[in-house]
Amino acid sequence: MTTTTLPLPTRPGPRAARAAQPAQPIQRRAFVEFIMGMPISLHVKAIDTSRTDIDQAAGNVFATLRKVDEVFSLWRADSELRRLQAGAVLAGECHPWQAEVLELCLGAEERTGGLFTAWRAAPGEVPAYDPTGVVKGWAIEQAAALLRLVPGISFCLNAGGDMVVGFGTGMRGVAPSWSIGIEDPHQAGRIAATAEVVEGAVATSGTAARGSHIADPRTGEAVSRSGSATVVGPDLVWADVWATAAFVDPAAVRDLMTERAPESSLTVL
Amino acid sequence: MRKITLWLMSTLSALVLLFSYPTSRNATASSAVAAAAPTTTESSSGTTDSTDSATSQSPTGSATTDDTSSDATTESSTPGSSSTSSSSSDSSSSDAGTQTYAGDAVNTQWGLVQVQITVENGKITKSEVLQVPWSNHKDQEINSYAVPILNQETVDAQNSSIDMVSGATVTSVGYIQSLQSAIDQAHLS
Repeated sequence: MTTTTLPLPTRPGPRAARAAQPAQPIQRRAFVEFIMGMPISLHVKAIDTSRTDIDQAAGNVFATLRKVDEVFSLWRADSELRRLQAGAVLAGECHPWQAEVLELCLGAEERTGGLFTAWRAAPGEVPAYDPTGVVKGWAIEQAAALLRLVPGISFCLNAGGDMVVGFGTGMRGVAPSWSIGIEDPHQAGRIAATAEVVEGAVATSGTAARGSHIADPRTGEAVSRSGSATVVGPDLVWADVWATAAFVDPAAVRDLMTERAPESSLTVL
Repeated sequence: MRKITLWLMSTLSALVLLFSYPTSRNATASSAVAAAAPTTTESSSGTTDSTDSATSQSPTGSATTDDTSSDATTESSTPGSSSTSSSSSDSSSSDAGTQTYAGDAVNTQWGLVQVQITVENGKITKSEVLQVPWSNHKDQEINSYAVPILNQETVDAQNSSIDMVSGATVTSVGYIQSLQSAIDQAHLS
Protein backbone atom coordinates (compact mmCIF):
# COMPACT_ATOMS: atom_id res chain seq x y z
CA MET A 1 0.00 0.00 0.00
CA THR A 2 1.50 3.33 -0.91
CA THR A 3 0.91 6.12 1.51
CA THR A 4 0.82 9.64 0.28
CA THR A 5 1.68 12.59 2.40
CA LEU A 6 -0.60 15.45 1.62
CA PRO A 7 1.29 18.62 0.84
CA LEU A 8 0.44 21.55 3.08
CA PRO A 9 -1.76 24.03 1.25
CA THR A 10 0.79 26.68 0.49
CA ARG A 11 -0.84 27.33 -2.87
CA PRO A 12 -2.42 30.59 -3.86
CA GLY A 13 -6.21 30.60 -3.78
CA PRO A 14 -8.21 30.33 -6.98
CA ARG A 15 -8.60 34.07 -7.13
CA ALA A 16 -4.87 34.62 -6.94
CA ALA A 17 -4.26 31.97 -9.60
CA ARG A 18 -6.78 33.59 -11.89
CA ALA A 19 -5.17 36.96 -11.45
CA ALA A 20 -1.66 35.62 -11.93
CA GLN A 21 -2.35 33.58 -15.01
CA PRO A 22 -2.48 36.00 -17.92
CA ALA A 23 0.84 37.51 -16.90
CA GLN A 24 2.96 34.35 -17.14
CA PRO A 25 3.22 31.94 -20.04
CA ILE A 26 2.33 28.31 -19.35
CA GLN A 27 5.17 25.83 -19.60
CA ARG A 28 4.74 22.24 -20.61
CA ARG A 29 6.89 19.30 -19.61
CA ALA A 30 6.78 15.59 -20.40
CA PHE A 31 7.88 12.55 -18.43
CA VAL A 32 7.97 9.12 -20.06
CA GLU A 33 8.57 5.64 -18.74
CA PHE A 34 7.93 2.22 -20.18
CA ILE A 35 5.75 0.31 -17.70
CA MET A 36 3.09 -2.40 -18.05
CA GLY A 37 4.34 -3.18 -21.54
CA MET A 38 3.67 0.29 -22.93
CA PRO A 39 5.09 3.79 -22.86
CA ILE A 40 3.38 5.89 -20.20
CA SER A 41 3.63 9.59 -20.87
CA LEU A 42 2.81 12.25 -18.36
CA HIS A 43 2.52 15.79 -19.66
CA VAL A 44 2.25 18.64 -17.20
CA LYS A 45 1.30 22.25 -17.84
CA ALA A 46 2.20 24.80 -15.20
CA ILE A 47 3.65 28.26 -14.86
CA ASP A 48 6.91 26.70 -13.68
CA THR A 49 7.24 23.03 -14.60
CA SER A 50 10.72 22.68 -13.09
CA ARG A 51 9.31 22.71 -9.54
CA THR A 52 10.64 19.89 -7.37
CA ASP A 53 7.17 18.91 -6.16
CA ILE A 54 6.21 18.22 -9.79
CA ASP A 55 9.29 16.02 -10.17
CA GLN A 56 8.37 14.22 -7.01
CA ALA A 57 4.76 13.70 -8.05
CA ALA A 58 5.89 12.35 -11.44
CA GLY A 59 8.20 9.95 -9.64
CA ASN A 60 5.32 8.79 -7.45
CA VAL A 61 3.09 8.31 -10.50
CA PHE A 62 5.58 5.95 -12.13
CA ALA A 63 6.33 4.19 -8.83
CA THR A 64 2.61 3.53 -8.40
CA LEU A 65 2.32 2.10 -11.90
CA ARG A 66 5.36 -0.11 -11.38
CA LYS A 67 3.80 -1.41 -8.18
CA VAL A 68 0.54 -2.14 -10.02
CA ASP A 69 2.54 -4.04 -12.61
CA GLU A 70 4.21 -6.09 -9.88
CA VAL A 71 0.81 -7.00 -8.48
CA PHE A 72 -1.25 -7.54 -11.63
CA SER A 73 0.99 -8.28 -14.59
CA LEU A 74 -0.06 -11.42 -16.40
CA TRP A 75 3.09 -11.52 -18.46
CA ARG A 76 5.50 -11.44 -15.56
CA ALA A 77 5.77 -14.84 -13.91
CA ASP A 78 6.76 -13.18 -10.62
CA SER A 79 3.69 -10.94 -10.35
CA GLU A 80 1.39 -11.52 -7.43
CA LEU A 81 -1.54 -12.42 -9.67
CA ARG A 82 0.49 -15.03 -11.51
CA ARG A 83 1.71 -16.47 -8.20
CA LEU A 84 -1.87 -16.48 -6.93
CA GLN A 85 -2.95 -18.40 -9.98
CA ALA A 86 -0.06 -20.77 -9.56
CA GLY A 87 -1.06 -21.31 -5.94
CA ALA A 88 2.16 -19.83 -4.56
CA VAL A 89 0.31 -17.09 -2.68
CA LEU A 90 -2.85 -17.59 -0.69
CA ALA A 91 -5.82 -15.39 -1.51
CA GLY A 92 -5.94 -14.23 2.09
CA GLU A 93 -2.36 -13.02 1.92
CA CYS A 94 -2.57 -11.00 -1.26
CA HIS A 95 -2.56 -7.27 -1.81
CA PRO A 96 -5.90 -5.55 -1.03
CA TRP A 97 -5.83 -4.22 -4.61
CA GLN A 98 -6.70 -7.72 -5.80
CA ALA A 99 -10.10 -7.62 -4.14
CA GLU A 100 -10.71 -4.05 -5.30
CA VAL A 101 -9.98 -4.92 -8.93
CA LEU A 102 -11.90 -8.17 -8.77
CA GLU A 103 -14.94 -6.24 -7.59
CA LEU A 104 -14.53 -3.74 -10.45
CA CYS A 105 -14.31 -6.63 -12.92
CA LEU A 106 -17.52 -8.15 -11.64
CA GLY A 107 -19.21 -4.74 -11.63
CA ALA A 108 -18.07 -4.05 -15.19
CA GLU A 109 -19.52 -7.30 -16.43
CA GLU A 110 -22.82 -6.57 -14.76
CA ARG A 111 -23.03 -2.93 -15.81
CA THR A 112 -22.33 -3.72 -19.47
CA GLY A 113 -24.80 -6.58 -19.53
CA GLY A 114 -22.00 -9.05 -20.15
CA LEU A 115 -20.54 -7.18 -23.13
CA PHE A 116 -17.36 -6.68 -21.13
CA THR A 117 -15.82 -9.52 -19.20
CA ALA A 118 -12.59 -10.16 -17.33
CA TRP A 119 -12.97 -13.88 -17.85
CA ARG A 120 -11.66 -14.73 -21.26
CA ALA A 121 -13.04 -17.86 -22.76
CA ALA A 122 -12.21 -19.00 -26.23
CA PRO A 123 -14.68 -21.59 -27.49
CA GLY A 124 -14.13 -24.86 -25.69
CA GLU A 125 -11.79 -23.45 -23.08
CA VAL A 126 -12.04 -22.90 -19.36
CA PRO A 127 -12.52 -19.17 -18.68
CA ALA A 128 -9.32 -17.46 -17.58
CA TYR A 129 -9.31 -14.50 -15.19
CA ASP A 130 -7.67 -11.60 -17.01
CA PRO A 131 -8.30 -8.26 -15.29
CA THR A 132 -5.97 -6.40 -17.70
CA GLY A 133 -8.86 -4.50 -19.28
CA VAL A 134 -9.77 -2.98 -15.93
CA VAL A 135 -6.31 -2.75 -14.36
CA LYS A 136 -4.93 -0.30 -16.91
CA GLY A 137 -7.64 2.31 -16.37
CA TRP A 138 -7.70 1.71 -12.65
CA ALA A 139 -3.92 2.09 -12.38
CA ILE A 140 -3.90 5.33 -14.33
CA GLU A 141 -6.68 6.71 -12.13
CA GLN A 142 -4.73 5.71 -8.99
CA ALA A 143 -1.69 7.51 -10.34
CA ALA A 144 -3.69 10.54 -11.49
CA ALA A 145 -5.08 10.91 -7.96
CA LEU A 146 -1.54 11.79 -6.84
CA LEU A 147 -1.35 14.55 -9.45
CA ARG A 148 -4.63 16.08 -8.30
CA LEU A 149 -2.84 17.00 -5.04
CA VAL A 150 -0.17 19.07 -6.76
CA PRO A 151 -0.96 22.79 -6.68
CA GLY A 152 -1.20 24.81 -9.87
CA ILE A 153 -0.79 22.11 -12.51
CA SER A 154 -2.81 20.65 -15.33
CA PHE A 155 -1.89 17.17 -16.52
CA CYS A 156 -2.52 14.46 -19.07
CA LEU A 157 -1.44 10.92 -18.21
CA ASN A 158 -1.45 8.72 -21.31
CA ALA A 159 -1.01 4.96 -21.24
CA GLY A 160 -0.80 3.57 -24.75
CA GLY A 161 -3.61 5.71 -26.15
CA ASP A 162 -5.93 5.75 -23.13
CA MET A 163 -5.60 8.73 -20.86
CA VAL A 164 -6.71 10.76 -17.88
CA VAL A 165 -6.75 14.55 -18.08
CA GLY A 166 -7.04 16.59 -14.92
CA PHE A 167 -5.63 19.33 -12.75
CA GLY A 168 -4.16 19.92 -9.35
CA THR A 169 -5.39 22.03 -6.48
CA GLY A 170 -6.35 25.62 -7.05
CA MET A 171 -6.96 25.09 -10.76
CA ARG A 172 -10.70 24.48 -10.92
CA GLY A 173 -12.14 26.85 -13.47
CA VAL A 174 -8.75 28.03 -14.70
CA ALA A 175 -7.17 24.78 -15.91
CA PRO A 176 -6.34 24.73 -19.63
CA SER A 177 -7.92 22.13 -21.90
CA TRP A 178 -6.05 19.42 -23.78
CA SER A 179 -6.68 18.54 -27.42
CA ILE A 180 -6.91 14.80 -27.74
CA GLY A 181 -6.65 13.53 -31.30
CA ILE A 182 -8.66 10.40 -31.96
CA GLU A 183 -7.02 8.20 -34.49
CA ASP A 184 -8.97 7.16 -37.59
CA PRO A 185 -9.15 3.37 -37.44
CA HIS A 186 -9.81 3.10 -41.16
CA GLN A 187 -6.84 5.13 -42.28
CA ALA A 188 -3.79 4.51 -40.19
CA GLY A 189 -2.32 7.57 -38.56
CA ARG A 190 -5.03 10.00 -39.64
CA ILE A 191 -6.72 11.95 -36.90
CA ALA A 192 -10.47 11.49 -37.35
CA ALA A 193 -11.71 13.68 -34.52
CA THR A 194 -10.47 15.72 -31.62
CA ALA A 195 -11.81 16.05 -28.12
CA GLU A 196 -11.14 19.07 -25.92
CA VAL A 197 -10.83 17.84 -22.37
CA VAL A 198 -10.19 19.82 -19.19
CA GLU A 199 -10.97 17.01 -16.78
CA GLY A 200 -11.89 13.43 -17.63
CA ALA A 201 -10.80 10.30 -19.40
CA VAL A 202 -10.48 9.24 -23.03
CA ALA A 203 -10.31 5.56 -24.01
CA THR A 204 -10.30 3.95 -27.43
CA SER A 205 -10.81 0.29 -28.20
CA GLY A 206 -10.75 -1.27 -31.57
CA THR A 207 -8.84 -2.82 -34.33
CA ALA A 208 -8.05 -2.46 -37.99
CA ALA A 209 -6.24 -4.21 -40.76
CA ARG A 210 -4.34 -6.59 -38.52
CA GLY A 211 -7.38 -8.39 -37.18
CA SER A 212 -9.17 -8.20 -33.91
CA HIS A 213 -7.83 -8.69 -30.42
CA ILE A 214 -11.17 -8.14 -28.70
CA ALA A 215 -13.35 -11.17 -28.17
CA ASP A 216 -17.13 -11.07 -27.96
CA PRO A 217 -17.88 -12.42 -24.45
CA ARG A 218 -21.15 -13.88 -25.70
CA THR A 219 -19.46 -16.17 -28.21
CA GLY A 220 -15.79 -16.15 -27.27
CA GLU A 221 -14.98 -15.38 -30.90
CA ALA A 222 -12.88 -12.40 -31.96
CA VAL A 223 -14.91 -9.41 -33.12
CA SER A 224 -14.66 -9.48 -36.89
CA ARG A 225 -15.50 -5.90 -37.86
CA SER A 226 -12.90 -3.16 -38.07
CA GLY A 227 -13.16 0.29 -36.60
CA SER A 228 -12.93 1.69 -33.12
CA ALA A 229 -15.00 2.99 -30.25
CA THR A 230 -13.91 5.98 -28.19
CA VAL A 231 -15.46 6.99 -24.91
CA VAL A 232 -14.90 10.34 -23.21
CA GLY A 233 -16.10 10.23 -19.63
CA PRO A 234 -15.32 11.09 -16.04
CA ASP A 235 -13.33 7.96 -15.16
CA LEU A 236 -10.84 5.89 -17.15
CA VAL A 237 -11.88 2.52 -15.74
CA TRP A 238 -15.40 3.00 -17.05
CA ALA A 239 -14.40 4.82 -20.22
CA ASP A 240 -12.19 1.85 -21.07
CA VAL A 241 -14.83 -0.73 -20.13
CA TRP A 242 -17.53 1.03 -22.17
CA ALA A 243 -15.20 1.52 -25.14
CA THR A 244 -14.35 -2.17 -25.18
CA ALA A 245 -18.01 -3.16 -24.84
CA ALA A 246 -19.04 -0.64 -27.51
CA PHE A 247 -16.60 -2.13 -29.94
CA VAL A 248 -18.28 -5.49 -29.44
CA ASP A 249 -21.84 -4.19 -29.86
CA PRO A 250 -22.10 -0.44 -30.58
CA ALA A 251 -25.89 -0.27 -30.80
CA ALA A 252 -26.55 -2.13 -27.57
CA VAL A 253 -23.94 -0.15 -25.68
CA ARG A 254 -25.23 3.18 -26.96
CA ASP A 255 -28.58 2.33 -25.36
CA LEU A 256 -26.98 1.04 -22.17
CA MET A 257 -24.80 4.12 -21.85
CA THR A 258 -27.73 6.53 -22.18
CA GLU A 259 -29.20 4.81 -19.21
CA ARG A 260 -26.17 3.86 -17.12
CA ALA A 261 -23.43 6.30 -18.10
CA PRO A 262 -25.24 9.42 -19.31
CA GLU A 263 -22.25 11.61 -18.45
CA SER A 264 -20.02 9.83 -20.97
CA SER A 265 -19.98 10.25 -24.72
CA LEU A 266 -19.42 7.51 -27.25
CA THR A 267 -17.87 7.91 -30.68
CA VAL A 268 -17.89 4.92 -32.99
CA LEU A 269 -15.64 5.16 -36.03
CA MET B 1 -18.20 -17.05 16.00
CA ARG B 2 -18.64 -20.23 14.04
CA LYS B 3 -20.72 -18.33 11.51
CA ILE B 4 -17.96 -15.82 11.04
CA THR B 5 -15.40 -18.55 10.53
CA LEU B 6 -17.65 -20.27 8.05
CA TRP B 7 -18.26 -17.05 6.19
CA LEU B 8 -14.54 -16.27 6.12
CA MET B 9 -13.68 -19.70 4.85
CA SER B 10 -16.27 -19.58 2.12
CA THR B 11 -15.14 -16.12 1.00
CA LEU B 12 -11.57 -17.32 0.93
CA SER B 13 -12.34 -20.43 -1.00
CA ALA B 14 -14.42 -18.43 -3.47
CA LEU B 15 -11.47 -16.12 -3.98
CA VAL B 16 -9.12 -19.03 -4.42
CA LEU B 17 -11.46 -20.52 -6.99
CA LEU B 18 -11.70 -17.26 -8.89
CA PHE B 19 -7.97 -16.78 -8.99
CA SER B 20 -7.15 -20.32 -9.74
CA TYR B 21 -8.55 -20.15 -13.23
CA PRO B 22 -5.59 -20.76 -15.48
CA THR B 23 -4.81 -17.55 -17.32
CA SER B 24 -2.61 -19.14 -19.87
CA ARG B 25 -4.17 -20.95 -22.69
CA ASN B 26 -2.41 -24.03 -23.81
CA ALA B 27 0.45 -23.52 -26.19
CA THR B 28 -1.16 -24.94 -29.28
CA ALA B 29 -4.24 -22.78 -28.96
CA SER B 30 -2.33 -19.57 -28.52
CA SER B 31 0.10 -20.15 -31.32
CA ALA B 32 -2.83 -20.81 -33.58
CA VAL B 33 -4.29 -17.50 -32.50
CA ALA B 34 -1.01 -15.72 -33.05
CA ALA B 35 -0.66 -17.10 -36.52
CA ALA B 36 -4.22 -16.59 -37.62
CA ALA B 37 -4.93 -13.18 -36.24
CA PRO B 38 -1.99 -11.21 -34.96
CA THR B 39 -3.06 -9.23 -31.96
CA THR B 40 -1.89 -5.95 -30.58
CA THR B 41 1.07 -5.62 -28.31
CA GLU B 42 -1.22 -5.21 -25.35
CA SER B 43 -3.36 -8.19 -25.93
CA SER B 44 -0.48 -10.36 -26.93
CA SER B 45 1.18 -9.48 -23.71
CA GLY B 46 -2.06 -10.45 -22.06
CA THR B 47 -1.56 -14.00 -23.16
CA THR B 48 2.13 -13.94 -22.78
CA ASP B 49 2.92 -16.83 -20.62
CA SER B 50 2.32 -18.81 -23.73
CA THR B 51 4.01 -16.47 -26.20
CA ASP B 52 7.37 -18.06 -25.63
CA SER B 53 6.15 -21.09 -27.40
CA ALA B 54 4.10 -19.05 -29.84
CA THR B 55 7.01 -16.92 -30.95
CA SER B 56 9.36 -19.79 -31.28
CA GLN B 57 6.90 -21.50 -33.53
CA SER B 58 5.86 -18.67 -35.77
CA PRO B 59 8.68 -16.84 -37.52
CA THR B 60 6.73 -13.59 -37.85
CA GLY B 61 5.76 -13.20 -34.24
CA SER B 62 8.85 -11.34 -33.28
CA ALA B 63 9.77 -10.27 -29.81
CA THR B 64 6.86 -10.01 -27.49
CA THR B 65 8.30 -12.12 -24.75
CA ASP B 66 9.07 -10.88 -21.27
CA ASP B 67 12.76 -10.58 -21.83
CA THR B 68 12.73 -8.61 -25.02
CA SER B 69 10.09 -6.18 -23.93
CA SER B 70 11.85 -5.40 -20.72
CA ASP B 71 15.07 -4.91 -22.65
CA ALA B 72 13.24 -2.49 -24.86
CA THR B 73 12.11 -0.78 -21.71
CA THR B 74 15.51 0.00 -20.43
CA GLU B 75 16.86 0.90 -23.80
CA SER B 76 14.06 3.07 -24.93
CA SER B 77 13.31 4.88 -21.73
CA THR B 78 16.77 6.39 -21.78
CA PRO B 79 16.64 9.19 -24.30
CA GLY B 80 19.26 8.76 -26.96
CA SER B 81 20.31 5.29 -26.03
CA SER B 82 19.95 3.71 -29.42
CA SER B 83 22.36 4.85 -32.04
CA THR B 84 19.72 6.45 -34.22
CA SER B 85 18.08 8.47 -31.55
CA SER B 86 21.27 9.71 -29.98
CA SER B 87 22.67 10.92 -33.25
CA SER B 88 19.45 12.56 -34.27
CA SER B 89 18.41 14.26 -31.10
CA ASP B 90 21.79 15.82 -30.47
CA SER B 91 23.12 16.46 -33.92
CA SER B 92 20.68 18.66 -35.72
CA SER B 93 20.45 21.70 -33.55
CA SER B 94 21.99 23.60 -36.44
CA ASP B 95 19.26 26.14 -37.15
CA ALA B 96 18.07 28.36 -34.40
CA GLY B 97 14.55 26.98 -33.93
CA THR B 98 14.92 23.58 -35.61
CA GLN B 99 15.35 20.37 -33.70
CA THR B 100 14.77 16.72 -34.45
CA TYR B 101 13.58 14.18 -31.95
CA ALA B 102 13.65 10.45 -32.47
CA GLY B 103 10.90 8.57 -30.74
CA ASP B 104 11.57 5.37 -28.88
CA ALA B 105 11.96 2.30 -31.01
CA VAL B 106 8.70 0.61 -30.09
CA ASN B 107 8.72 -3.14 -30.00
CA THR B 108 5.64 -4.46 -31.76
CA GLN B 109 4.72 -7.98 -32.55
CA TRP B 110 6.01 -7.47 -36.05
CA GLY B 111 9.29 -5.76 -35.17
CA LEU B 112 10.64 -2.37 -34.21
CA VAL B 113 8.94 0.85 -35.25
CA GLN B 114 10.70 4.16 -34.79
CA VAL B 115 9.58 7.64 -35.76
CA GLN B 116 11.53 10.87 -35.91
CA ILE B 117 10.02 14.34 -35.91
CA THR B 118 11.43 17.70 -36.87
CA VAL B 119 10.25 20.62 -34.79
CA GLU B 120 10.57 24.18 -36.01
CA ASN B 121 9.60 26.94 -33.63
CA GLY B 122 7.49 24.59 -31.58
CA LYS B 123 5.65 23.05 -34.53
CA ILE B 124 6.20 19.67 -36.13
CA THR B 125 7.17 20.27 -39.74
CA LYS B 126 8.20 16.77 -40.69
CA SER B 127 7.98 13.26 -39.43
CA GLU B 128 9.77 10.28 -40.82
CA VAL B 129 9.90 6.63 -40.04
CA LEU B 130 13.40 5.44 -39.15
CA GLN B 131 12.53 1.80 -38.64
CA VAL B 132 9.61 -0.30 -39.79
CA PRO B 133 9.17 -4.04 -39.71
CA TRP B 134 9.62 -5.66 -43.10
CA SER B 135 9.52 -9.21 -41.92
CA ASN B 136 6.91 -10.55 -44.30
CA HIS B 137 4.81 -9.68 -47.31
CA LYS B 138 1.81 -8.63 -45.28
CA ASP B 139 3.94 -6.08 -43.49
CA GLN B 140 5.32 -4.72 -46.70
CA GLU B 141 1.85 -4.33 -48.06
CA ILE B 142 0.64 -2.47 -45.01
CA ASN B 143 3.71 -0.38 -44.49
CA SER B 144 3.96 0.72 -48.08
CA TYR B 145 0.66 2.51 -47.84
CA ALA B 146 0.56 3.25 -44.15
CA VAL B 147 3.90 4.93 -43.73
CA PRO B 148 3.61 7.79 -46.24
CA ILE B 149 0.13 8.59 -44.98
CA LEU B 150 1.33 8.48 -41.41
CA ASN B 151 4.15 10.86 -42.18
CA GLN B 152 1.82 13.41 -43.72
CA GLU B 153 -0.79 13.04 -41.05
CA THR B 154 1.54 13.73 -38.19
CA VAL B 155 2.18 17.11 -39.67
CA ASP B 156 -1.53 17.69 -40.23
CA ALA B 157 -2.33 16.58 -36.74
CA GLN B 158 0.18 18.93 -35.26
CA ASN B 159 -1.13 21.79 -37.35
CA SER B 160 -4.34 21.49 -35.46
CA SER B 161 -2.17 21.34 -32.32
CA ILE B 162 -2.92 17.93 -30.89
CA ASP B 163 -1.65 17.38 -27.35
CA MET B 164 -2.10 13.63 -27.21
CA VAL B 165 -3.24 10.79 -29.42
CA SER B 166 -5.90 8.24 -28.53
CA GLY B 167 -6.17 5.24 -30.75
CA ALA B 168 -6.23 1.52 -31.00
CA THR B 169 -5.41 0.91 -34.62
CA VAL B 170 -3.39 -2.21 -34.64
CA THR B 171 -1.47 -1.35 -37.78
CA SER B 172 -0.09 1.85 -36.45
CA VAL B 173 0.07 1.14 -32.77
CA GLY B 174 3.84 1.06 -32.89
CA TYR B 175 3.88 4.19 -34.98
CA ILE B 176 1.56 6.06 -32.66
CA GLN B 177 3.59 5.03 -29.64
CA SER B 178 6.85 6.05 -31.21
CA LEU B 179 5.31 9.29 -32.45
CA GLN B 180 3.95 10.02 -29.00
CA SER B 181 7.37 9.42 -27.53
CA ALA B 182 8.94 11.80 -30.06
CA ILE B 183 6.37 14.43 -29.05
CA ASP B 184 7.22 13.62 -25.45
CA GLN B 185 10.88 14.18 -26.09
CA ALA B 186 10.21 17.51 -27.71
CA HIS B 187 8.73 18.58 -24.38
CA LEU B 188 11.33 16.93 -22.17
CA SER B 189 13.65 19.54 -20.87
